[in-house]
Amino acid sequence: MTDHAYNFAYLDEATKRMIRRAILKGIAVPGYQVPFASREMPMPYGWGTGGVQVTAACLTPEDTLKVIDQGADDTTNAVSIRKFFERTGGVETTTHTSEASVIQTRHRIPEEPLREGQILVYQVPIPEPLRFLEPRESETRKMHALEEYGLMHVKLYEDIARHGEISTSYAYPVNVEGRYVMDPSPIPKFDNPKLGGNPAIQLFGAGREQRIYALPPFTEVVSLDFEDHPFQASKADHDCDLCGCATSYLDEVITDDRGGRMFVCSDTDFCESRRSAGHRGRLSPEEMA
Amino acid sequence: MRDFKDTALLQVEGLTKRYGARIGCADVSFDLWPGEVLGIVGESGSGKSTLLSCLAGHLTPDHGRVLYQGRDTLAMNEPERRVLGRTDWAFVHQNPRDGLRMGVSAGGNVGERLMAVGARNYGAIREAATDWLARVEIDAGRIDDRPRQFSGGMQQRLQIARNLVTGPKLVFMDEPTGGLDVSVQARLLDLLRGLVRDMGLSVILVTHDLAVARLLADRLMVMQGGHVIEHGLTDQVLDDPQAPYTQLLVSSVLQV
Repeated sequence: MTDHAYNFAYLDEATKRMIRRAILKGIAVPGYQVPFASREMPMPYGWGTGGVQVTAACLTPEDTLKVIDQGADDTTNAVSIRKFFERTGGVETTTHTSEASVIQTRHRIPEEPLREGQILVYQVPIPEPLRFLEPRESETRKMHALEEYGLMHVKLYEDIARHGEISTSYAYPVNVEGRYVMDPSPIPKFDNPKLGGNPAIQLFGAGREQRIYALPPFTEVVSLDFEDHPFQASKADHDCDLCGCATSYLDEVITDDRGGRMFVCSDTDFCESRRSAGHRGRLSPEEMA
Repeated sequence: MRDFKDTALLQVEGLTKRYGARIGCADVSFDLWPGEVLGIVGESGSGKSTLLSCLAGHLTPDHGRVLYQGRDTLAMNEPERRVLGRTDWAFVHQNPRDGLRMGVSAGGNVGERLMAVGARNYGAIREAATDWLARVEIDAGRIDDRPRQFSGGMQQRLQIARNLVTGPKLVFMDEPTGGLDVSVQARLLDLLRGLVRDMGLSVILVTHDLAVARLLADRLMVMQGGHVIEHGLTDQVLDDPQAPYTQLLVSSVLQV
C-alpha cells in the first residue's frame, strides 16, 4: 500500500540525514536543544510535525510503529499519523507497546515498561522550559549555556506561594545528568519518574520551534523541587473503572450531566490487555458466562 | 606606609566610552573604598549613566580598566561576571519595572537571587523574603502580591530588597529616587541611608538631584560632557564649589 510518489517515510534522504545529525548531537549532549531545519509537513503545527519528522528519520522498513495521543491509540491524531506512515513508509503498525520498535507519543509514556532497542518519540509544542519566565531566546540560550537555572525555581516558588504546593502537573521541568534543564513535553508529572534510567532511547521533536533534544538510555533525570516541598508524581486517587488497575494514570470521563463520572486508564493498550487477561473494574460490563 | 591600592574595593583607571564621534564618558579614574558612598552628579547627557553601565559591565568601555578587589572585571569571562552580578554586586534601576519581574510575586522577586545562588529550601527562602520585605517597610501580608499592584515607591523599595537579599558588597544605583514624589523620596532616602550604614555597603550613586547626593554620598564626582570636572567630599563640593559648572549646578537648586 506504499504511495510510491514519496520517498520512504515521506521525507527525502537529505532531510533525514540532517535530522539524524541533530538527533545524534542531541543524544551526545543529553537535554540540550539542538536546532534543526524543520520542514513543512502535510499537517498543521501543533499536530506533531516535530515528532513526525523525528519518527521519519528513525524509521526503517523493518520497524513496527505505534502512535499514541494522550495514551490512546484510537484518537484522531494517533490514527492519522499511523496511517501517514503506513501510506508513505509501508511499515507495520501496532497498538501493542511491547511489539513496537518505534513509538511516537503525544503527552504520555506508555504504562508498560519500555525495553532496550525501542525508540520513544515525543511531540513537543514548546521545548524551552524557561520560556514563560524569560521571553528572550538570546537570554534563555545564555542561561542554558551558563547553567543559570535559578529562574526555574522561581516558577516552582510561585506555585507553592499561590497554591500551597507545586501545582505544575504537566511539562514538569527536569534536570538531565546534572547539567541541562529540560522540558519533558507536556507529559503528566506522573510519568516523570519513567524518564530517568529508561532503557529505551527517548527523542523529542519540536517542529514549529525547530528543536530536537534527546535522552539516551539510562540517563539520570531529576525532577526539580525544593528540599521541603519534594517532587511528587501524582494521579487521580481512584482505580481504573474498566480494568481495576490502581497504579496507572487515569482519565476522568464525564458520563452524564448529573455529576456521573468514571476514571479509566489513559493508556488504552494497557487497559485492554489487562481486561483481556481477566481484570475487572467497578463499571466493567457483567460477564457473559 | 600602608598600601592603599590593596584595600580599595573598586579601582577605575582611565575609563572611556565613545558612541562613534560623541563621547559617552572620557578618562574617568577613581577608587571606591569599602563602606563608601560615591555620588556622581551632573545634568542629563553628562555621561553619568554611561559610566555606571560601563562599571557594572552592561556596556563595554573602549579604554580603561575596572578592578574589583584587584580582579579586572573587563578581562573576566562572562560567566564570572554574571556570577559577580548576582552575588557581590547589585544594580538598582531608576525604573523599578526594569529591575523587577512584574509577573512574579513580591516574595518570588526577593527570592530569585537566593535561588540563583542555589537556595533550595522553600521555607528558608520565604523567611528571607518576609524579613527583607519588613526591612524595606512593605507589609508582610503583601508577599504574594504582584509588583503591578504596588505603588511606585513600594516597587522601588521592593527592587532594593530584591537586590540586597544576597548581601552584596557593591551596589550601583541609577537615580533610585527618580520619578517619586518628595515625601516618598524622603522615606526611601531614609531607608537607603539606614541599609547602607547597617550593611556597610559601598555604593555608586548616580543622580541629578543634589539633595539626594547630599544626604547619601560621602564623596561626590561632578560630570559634564563626559568628563569629571570636580571631585571631592560631598560637603566640600556642595558648599565650596570650585568649577564654574559646579557653581552653576549648586546655585540652580531651588531654595524653599
